[in-house]
Parts: sequence; C-alpha cells; structure tokens
Amino acid sequence: MTSTLFTNARLIDPEGDTVTSGAILVEHGKIREILTQAAELSKLALTAANSDSVRIVDCGGKCLAPGIVDIGVKVGEPGERHKESYGTAGQAAAAGGVTTMVTRPDTNPAIDTPETLDFIRRRAADEARVNVLPMAALTKGREGREMTEIGFLMDAGAVAFTDGDHVVTDTKVLSRAMTYARSLGALVIGHPQDPGLSAGAVATSGKFASLRGLPAVSPMAERMGLDRDIALVEMTGARYHADQITAARALPALERAKANGFDVTAGTSMHHLTLNEMDLADYRTFFKVKPPLRSEEDRKALVEAVRSGLIDIIGSFHTPQDEESKRLPFEEAAAGAVGLETMLPVLLRLTHAEELSLPCLFRALSLNPAKRLGLACGRLAAGAPADLVLFDPDKPVVIDRFKLRSKSKNTPFDGARLQGKVLGTWVAGQRVYEA
Amino acid sequence: MRFDQRHLLGIEPLRPEEITTILDLADRYVALGRSRDKHAQSLAGLTQINMFFENSTRTQASFELAGKRLGADVMNMAMQASSIKKGETLIDTALTLNAMHPDLLVVRHPQSGAVDLLAQKVNCAVINAGDGRHEHPTQALLDALTIRRAKGRLHRLTIAICGDVAHSRVARSNLLLLHKMENRIRLVGPATLMPAGIDDFGAEVYDDMREGLRDADVVMMLRLQKERMDGGFIPSEREYYHRYGLDADKLSHAKDDAIVMHPGPMNRGVEIDGTIADDINRSVIQDQVEMGVAVRMAAMDLLARNLRANPKTLSA
Repeated sequence: MTSTLFTNARLIDPEGDTVTSGAILVEHGKIREILTQAAELSKLALTAANSDSVRIVDCGGKCLAPGIVDIGVKVGEPGERHKESYGTAGQAAAAGGVTTMVTRPDTNPAIDTPETLDFIRRRAADEARVNVLPMAALTKGREGREMTEIGFLMDAGAVAFTDGDHVVTDTKVLSRAMTYARSLGALVIGHPQDPGLSAGAVATSGKFASLRGLPAVSPMAERMGLDRDIALVEMTGARYHADQITAARALPALERAKANGFDVTAGTSMHHLTLNEMDLADYRTFFKVKPPLRSEEDRKALVEAVRSGLIDIIGSFHTPQDEESKRLPFEEAAAGAVGLETMLPVLLRLTHAEELSLPCLFRALSLNPAKRLGLACGRLAAGAPADLVLFDPDKPVVIDRFKLRSKSKNTPFDGARLQGKVLGTWVAGQRVYEA
Repeated sequence: MRFDQRHLLGIEPLRPEEITTILDLADRYVALGRSRDKHAQSLAGLTQINMFFENSTRTQASFELAGKRLGADVMNMAMQASSIKKGETLIDTALTLNAMHPDLLVVRHPQSGAVDLLAQKVNCAVINAGDGRHEHPTQALLDALTIRRAKGRLHRLTIAICGDVAHSRVARSNLLLLHKMENRIRLVGPATLMPAGIDDFGAEVYDDMREGLRDADVVMMLRLQKERMDGGFIPSEREYYHRYGLDADKLSHAKDDAIVMHPGPMNRGVEIDGTIADDINRSVIQDQVEMGVAVRMAAMDLLARNLRANPKTLSA
C-alpha cells in the first residue's frame, strides 16, 4: 500500500472557511486524514519517517488546497486539434492546479451524440493526466431546434448540458429541453444573453466603446437573458447554472431567483473578475472575450458577489485561439482567451488586494463547482479524492505567453507581473505536475 | 512648432499645439493651391500608397492630389477589387506593401481599429483616412481649418454637430478635436443615432434641432447613410427630414452669421435642404473640399519630416 503524507502545509479549507497549519495523509488516492494538532502531527511524522510505505511531501509552509474544478474548458477536439489537444490542455491544467477539466461541447462537430462523447472520453483518458468530465450539447448541432439524447448522453458520462454561447432562442424548444432534463435530473447550463440586443456586438456599450467605434451591447442584454432563463426554471423546475454572469445589472435577478428557492447557480470568468473594458486599449484582440469585458464598476460588483457567495463558481473559460484568428481587426478577430495555466496566479491578485480570502477563492474554484456537479472532490476532507494543488501565493512570476503549455498562446496576461506560483498538482494522490 | 507623431491614426493622441501646427502649415498650402504653380517638393522622392478598402472618391482624390502637389510618387490601390477578396488577411496585405518600401501609407478600412493594426506592422508613416466608426482625423482637421478661416478663431465657439453621431467617424474626430480646442459642443439628433455613454463626452445633447441650433456659430451636418434607414434607426426619410433636416427655418435659430458645414457627399432633401447647401453666404461646403487638400498636404509633410529626422522609421 502506498500512502503519502503532505506535511508542513497551510491548509486552505473552503468548506470550513479556514487556513490552518497542518498535514494531510493520503491513501489509495483519497484523503485519509487531516491533521492539524501538533501532537498528532509529530507522532505521525515519526511513524512515517520510520516507514517505507509512506512518502513524505514537505510542503515547506506553502498553501495546499483542493484542486480546481474548471467548468467550461474548450479543447480543440474534435475539429481544431491545432489549437488545443487533450494532451496539451491536460498539461496546462496540471500546471495551473486544475485537477478536473469540465469540457465544452462547442467543438466541430458539436458533442451532441453519445458516439462523439465517447470519442472524446477516450481521447481524454489517453492524453490527459487530470480528470476530464465532458459536457454535452443541449440541442443537436447547438442549433436550438431539437434536444439531444440527454438520457444516452448522461449514460455516456455527460455531466451537464449546454449549447455554449449559442443562446437557444426558441423558448418552446428550451422549455421542453429543460423539462426533459429535469425529469432526468440533468444540469442545464445557459448563456444568459438576449441574442437580439447582443447581435454583432464585440464590446460593452458606453463611452469607451463609442470612442473606439466598436459595435457594443448594453449589459442589460445579460439581465434580460438571465430573467428569461429564470422564468423557464420556474416553469420547468430544471436544475440551472448560468455559465457567466459578468454585469452588475444581472446580479439582482440572480439574487431574487436564489431567494425564491430555485435550483439556480451562477459562474463568472477569471477575466471579468480581473480586467475591465479599458484593457482593450488600442484594439488588443487578446482581450476580446465573450461576453465582452465590462466596466470597472461591474468588475467590483462581481468580486463582491463571489465574496458573498451570490456567484458560486469561477471558471477560466479556457478558449484556445491561434494567432491567425486573433491577428485581425477587432470586430473580425475570434473571441476567447486561454486560462487554465494562468487562472490561479491571476486570481490571486484578488487575495493580495484583500478583495477575497483564500478559502473564499477556493470555494468558487473547487468546492462549489464540485458540489454543483455532484463530485466528491473540491474539499479537504477525509474520504475525498486526493486532488490537490500546492502553491506559493507570494512568489512573483512574469507570464510569458510562449512558455504556456497550451498549443494556443492567446492570453491577455502576457508580460503581466503576478504573485503566485503553482508548485505541484496531484490527481487521486498521483503527482501530475511539479514546478 | 511641434509635431511629434509618427503616424496620424486619430485626433485622440494629438496635443492642441500639434493641431495648431498642422493648421498653420495648411494655411500656407491653401495659398500654394491658389497660385499658378501649385508644386512644392516636400515629398519629392517619397512614395505614397493610398489603400482604400472602402469606396471613396473624394477623400482618395484629395489625398492623391495632396501627394502629387508635394512631389510624391502616388499609387492608388483599390483594395476592394484586390487580393483581400482572395482571402488574404489585412496583415499579409500590409507586409506585402511594406516590402515595396512606401514612405506614406494612406488607409481607409470599414473596421474600427484596422488602421491601428496595420500601423503596427509597417515601417512607414500611416495616415488614417477613416476606419469604421472610429476616426477620420484629416476630416476633422479640414473642418477645423475651415472654421478657423471663417470665424477667425478655433476656440470658444458654439458648434452643433447634427445627425447620425452614433455611426460617424467624422463626428468622433470632430468632437475630440473641437473639445481639445476648448469649444462648446452640441450633439443634435434622434436618440437612436446617439452613441452610448454620450453623457460622458463633455458635450450637450439635444434631440430637438431648433433648441440645439440656438445661437450656434457653426452648424455641422452629418451624412445619413442609407443603410441606417433600413436598420430601424429612424422611421422614414421624410420624418427625419422634417425633424432633423437643415432648412431655413431651423437654421434661423442659429446665429445670423453661423456657417453650415457638411463632409459630403450630401443627401439633399434628407439631412440638408438644397438651397441651404448652395447658399454662398452660409454654406462653406466647397471651402471644406479645398481645405481638405491643404490639410492633407500639411499632415503628410509633417509626417515626412519626422520620417527624415528619424531614419530608423524609414523603410531601409
């Protein structure tokens, strides 16, 4: 039997909302025991030191937290393997402390049949060393006309159903899909956005977009999309998650839905928590994301919503794009940014600015996404899978996009000076990354 | 005299004294253009390429004439008919042209920011001849020169910019320039044609044309593009003309000596009454065309001086 003892760690416990010094004993890929008492620790360390079967990982006083569960990762398979494969995405995830990638179905072709889902599960198993859980399309071809085989897809391992950034405009189709999903207990993930208002927009309406002459959308389009989806939740009883809430105006609607007891959760992206529309500057296409970056007031409101728990989940919305699709006039350039590898150091900006605490950050990165998908990981507790990330929150790093493990290098943080470095990542007790 | 720019991509980066520098030099080129021998040698030996990705007759002709009067070798490329249609990206086109060692690249493009992108990839000086809804700096400069010559100054004037502000790069550049020169700016038009965030622009906004024109020194009309009418921004041409078309009655609310401007081409009977446009006592529309050539000569001359002063930026 092999066990591993992580000693001398600062344990980030999102469930208990605590940071404590201690150790973790891992056995058979699972957390066996959390030890925080000095007496227990010294006794155990002594036993371990005399035993051949216990490996010791000295954490050197750095932070040990449950590995990140990243909902909404785009891998280029099938269709765009030149942008990202399961191999490269898996390496990027491991280097970023992401132990579970929950992948998007907006591939080419879309993941909308059990057969394609099975294909990517095999690819993931062969290539990626972190956990990969696929999402499937809610409607065939993500076209918003007919629901997919939700039952078969669940049997094949789909953990949630979404058409990605394609909004299902036909409310009849969506209401039926949500009703059917509810009967199976499936989680439906929506992209709250009014498709009419946001058609053609690449920026958030306001002075900045107007001066730059970019087609822009009011953040109200997000509120309208969320209101519509929540009404359908009320009507159908479906389990619903909003992929990205990015506008302050949408938050009261979310708050009401939760207060009314609907099974609704919401996510937001690392980019919307750390950047604002001014970062587009002179048409920097690496900052083009979808929804577009918002105002600084929106960003602050989002951080507060994560802190209060109104927004449940933070994701990287990792979207690899090659140089060709970014080196275009802003309107024509592809949207999206890679984020698996940079997410943790980027988000640590918020803890250094004392806007969020470390346990709070990991509640949104690990605990809540795991809970939403019914996974046992995401916590530091006996019996949970030993999916762990060890990081030094204070170590200065400079992001160099050409050193990223992703095939695509489209990060808006190239050259950014950040504080925080992942030192090691473990999946089911196995080390998958070492800095 | 100061002018420190490598490119002329917009009004936004210019300082007020740089604007004055361009206008002062342009005044001299106006005189040159009116003389018998219209030639100067400021751009002699330099190559100017006009790349228009969007149809334009008057702006392209104006740049061409400006370059030729200053002795440059001028080449026009109609990009709509060229390789861009064959799928070549903007950057590849830029690199191809760059290899021909132009000194001045005049670019018009239908997408906001496309000229900025191109300027990052070439060694020569780039002049924005209009990019999407973003900027059209030489238009704002020629408008400023026209105003300065008609009014004797370019500050503390009340200037009404009327019509489709939302989709107009001319309006943006004018707004920026006139604001830098400390004028009082009014934006007049239906709310559907006003850009978002308009309240933060440092301008007064009017949806009633008569109120907006009250005591104005300058009435600047914008072209209403046909495609806007199909886009549901206004109910009909005739209602637009009734509420926002410049006619004698509406103009009577401006100052008695107010001048009327239009960047052209005009839609007579849509945004402007024909008799106003032709009224030589009020309309300076023809002057604007003349100033256009002079301002473009001045801008290219100044950019060329900077190219020569800093050979690193000259194409080797």
